[in-house]
Amino acid sequence: MSETLLELRDVTRTFALSQGVFRRAATLTAVAGVSLKVERGEVFALVGESGSGKTTLAKMLLGLLPPTSGEILIGGTPISAKDRVAVSRRVQPIFQDPYSSLNPRKSVAQLIALPLVVHGVGDRAERRAEVLEMLDLVGLSKRHYDAYPGQLSGGQRQRVAIARALILRPEVVICDEPTSALDVSVQAQILNLLLELKRELGLTYFFISHNLAVVEHLADRVAVMYLGRFVEQRSRAGLFAAPRHPYTRALLDSVLTPDPDLGVPDTRIGATMIGGDTGCPFHPRCPSAIDICRTTAPAIRTLPDGWATCHLVEQQEAVLVP
Amino acid sequence: MSATAPAAFDTAPPRRRAALLRRSLGHSGLVIGGTLLVAIVAIALAAPLIAPHDPYNQDLAHRLIPPVWQAKGSWEHALGTDKLGRDYLSRLIFGARISLLIGTLTVLISGTIGTVIGVCAGYFGGKVDAVLSYVVTTRLALPVVLVALASAALVGSSLEGVIVVLGLLLWDRFAVVTRSATQQVARSDYVAAAQAIGCSTPRILASEILPNILNALIVVATLEMAHAILLEAALSFLGLGVQPPLPSWGLMISEGKQYMFFSPWVIGIPATALVALVLAINLVGDGLRDVTAPENRG
Amino acid sequence: MALLEVDNLTVDFTLGDGVLHAVRGVSFTLERGETLAIVGESGSGKSMTSLALMNLLPKRATRRADRLVFDGIDLAAAPETRMRALRGNRMAMIFQEPMTSLNPSYTIGNQLIEALRTHRSVSSDEARDRAVQLLEKVGIPAAARRLSQYPHQLSGGLRQRVMIAMALMCGPDLIIADEPTTALDVTIQAQILHLLADLKTEFGMAMILISHDLGVVARVADKVAVMYAGEVVESAASRPLFKAPRHPYTRGLLNCIPVPGRTAPGVPLGAIPGQAPTLIGPQRGCAFRDRCSFSAPECAGDIPFVAVEPGHRARCIRLGALEAAA
Repeated sequence: MSETLLELRDVTRTFALSQGVFRRAATLTAVAGVSLKVERGEVFALVGESGSGKTTLAKMLLGLLPPTSGEILIGGTPISAKDRVAVSRRVQPIFQDPYSSLNPRKSVAQLIALPLVVHGVGDRAERRAEVLEMLDLVGLSKRHYDAYPGQLSGGQRQRVAIARALILRPEVVICDEPTSALDVSVQAQILNLLLELKRELGLTYFFISHNLAVVEHLADRVAVMYLGRFVEQRSRAGLFAAPRHPYTRALLDSVLTPDPDLGVPDTRIGATMIGGDTGCPFHPRCPSAIDICRTTAPAIRTLPDGWATCHLVEQQEAVLVP
Repeated sequence: MSATAPAAFDTAPPRRRAALLRRSLGHSGLVIGGTLLVAIVAIALAAPLIAPHDPYNQDLAHRLIPPVWQAKGSWEHALGTDKLGRDYLSRLIFGARISLLIGTLTVLISGTIGTVIGVCAGYFGGKVDAVLSYVVTTRLALPVVLVALASAALVGSSLEGVIVVLGLLLWDRFAVVTRSATQQVARSDYVAAAQAIGCSTPRILASEILPNILNALIVVATLEMAHAILLEAALSFLGLGVQPPLPSWGLMISEGKQYMFFSPWVIGIPATALVALVLAINLVGDGLRDVTAPENRG
Repeated sequence: MALLEVDNLTVDFTLGDGVLHAVRGVSFTLERGETLAIVGESGSGKSMTSLALMNLLPKRATRRADRLVFDGIDLAAAPETRMRALRGNRMAMIFQEPMTSLNPSYTIGNQLIEALRTHRSVSSDEARDRAVQLLEKVGIPAAARRLSQYPHQLSGGLRQRVMIAMALMCGPDLIIADEPTTALDVTIQAQILHLLADLKTEFGMAMILISHDLGVVARVADKVAVMYAGEVVESAASRPLFKAPRHPYTRGLLNCIPVPGRTAPGVPLGAIPGQAPTLIGPQRGCAFRDRCSFSAPECAGDIPFVAVEPGHRARCIRLGALEAAA
């Protein structure tokens, strides 16, 4: 019986953009009507490119930004902006940029111990022991206890960030592109570490990434986000075997495996974004758009392992040809 | 943990403090300015011990004696005497105390006001920023000297008065610089991480934001110190600042302007001291900025 | 005669606490119309190599080479005036961040026209026409209108296309593309790479592509040089390198990338332990030996290139042990 740890119900977030003194502010909809459930112990991956709204969504999940409408529930209870402290014991982040996510003025020990200090856990000696244990858990040596971030490499910093995120034993970890800024060989180390820690500590991951190869490696379920909306949500195997939304297909087509016999794929999606206000937001770029796509927003079409919002769901080819 | 154990392969990084010290000693401006500043501070602190005479002791029989390098000078009064027969060297030495006192206290007051305003504007943004920016703009529209004139007219002029007036007026650069520095730091992921950990806002401002804007703050502080010292000299020269018989360098220049053509040293000596002090402070400020800047790049 | 010959290129930086050997004895050749990819992680020296070719290194850097010849011109001895005549004209560079490599204060048209008129005496009308022509060629719709737009009005993908157009204005023989798609969205990346490949063929240009992304390299390159810690550790034509990599680092690198359909989900990736060494101070022996599972005491000595096959060489003395273990 799986337990729903994290749930979003029709969450929307808009921002007001000032257009100057004399014009009414424009609204930017970063996230539009997103609903999802993350079960305990799974890796739920969110795939999106820039402008998809994934960072805004991550901030809302961390309690850093309130939704304009809709509800966010953690362990079944709705959260509001006041609950930041309570949320922080259950949900913690790992950010993308290891050079920006650690305060350069604090030592590794101070950084990792901060959650303990803020929540009043343990005395100085106990905190020291906890920090040392976390260092060991993430594969850093005791020598780093008094080091400063400026002395560490990108991979080491990310390990410190992971230690900091896990010291309070949260249930859900929001990983926002945790390996995108790292070298290839270090990415593998960190991904392995994340998988290992998930097993050892019984964690649940909400994993945001634009790298589909990494997502295929880690995820149990995958959601694809485009311009603030979820366009497809499937099991990992299902999505990669037979994507139903043209945007997902384009993303998968764009994955460049290191195969020298293949050339550069032709993804066939357009560049222009104009005209997305009516109908399906993807239709200006969609290679398969038909008339109804320009006028009517597609409804959610249920699939055996999830759903997709596209008028052509039934007509998509059954299996993606590699 | 075989795939995740990098510990054995870490290379030893250069130590932060050693590198900083080396860079500081290699920066000629910082070394020159720093030495000069330390010398002036030392002289000011040791004033009662090293001044040859009492700076307030009038000796009307020996007025306007020239400094030792001129024909009628003597080592008794190495830098001569002023129009009331007071030893110039002693007055110069005690004058350093006044300049440094004013510089330091003014910066403490204005720095606190400006930093609070700037950090709040930069961190909270939105309406708070709009209101505080309006306050800063209003302050920038005020002419400092005229406000000092008005306050002198209201409450009389004095050393304490100068410190208060300058302290309450010279915070604008602090506010502007800390505001933009705070905006930059507040965008960092480590501030978001601190928020996600559940840190209260005061804790975030004190332990995440403030230490990271310290570099910019120190540079502004040194520049504003020089600014305050020069302004006090100007105000005292106009009679709106420190009152006689205190040996403020600005006042010494003012008292000496009648004798400017006959006894130019009466103006030249305190003016040179002022220039030396302000130059030293500016060199130190520039030097600190240069030396601490590369460290910020991770 | 090869278009570009590089032999024993070194770049050193004098720092406060020693000399940083960023590029150590890199050699390669490039024929006309060929695409050479230089692959490496951060600190491998790949970007420094490209900057060294154009002599755009920072002031504290010292460049030395036994041979650095571009189309018969000795680049090592060329004075700055000669280099300026070549840059943007016969050798052009495309950078990673289109945000910072286009001047935000000038229009696109202004920058494109300047790129041409710096090297050719043409009228501004002729320059304008060529700019429109190239913008169309790189796939920017409504090209004529774009000339009066500013960089901030375009998306990242469009800006990168403008950069490519700018590089092509004078019809260069060589394009150096330093991580041209890393900062772009995945769907745009494929389109830009497609574009580069098409333009290369059409204009008969050679390209040096610098990247950390092995997928990009595999799909685009004719030949590949793998760099680690300032040295080329393996070089070969693209197919042999990816099908039969010989150097432990190259193998390690290929093993640690997740590949949908090949790497099993959830199973740990073959990571390379440790991290790259800092290159400050004298370097001896194989820089990879501390992280290599095949290293032996001999690896601390000189490591020459071993010719694995014609055109395929690896800088390793333990190749036999690797093959035995495989």
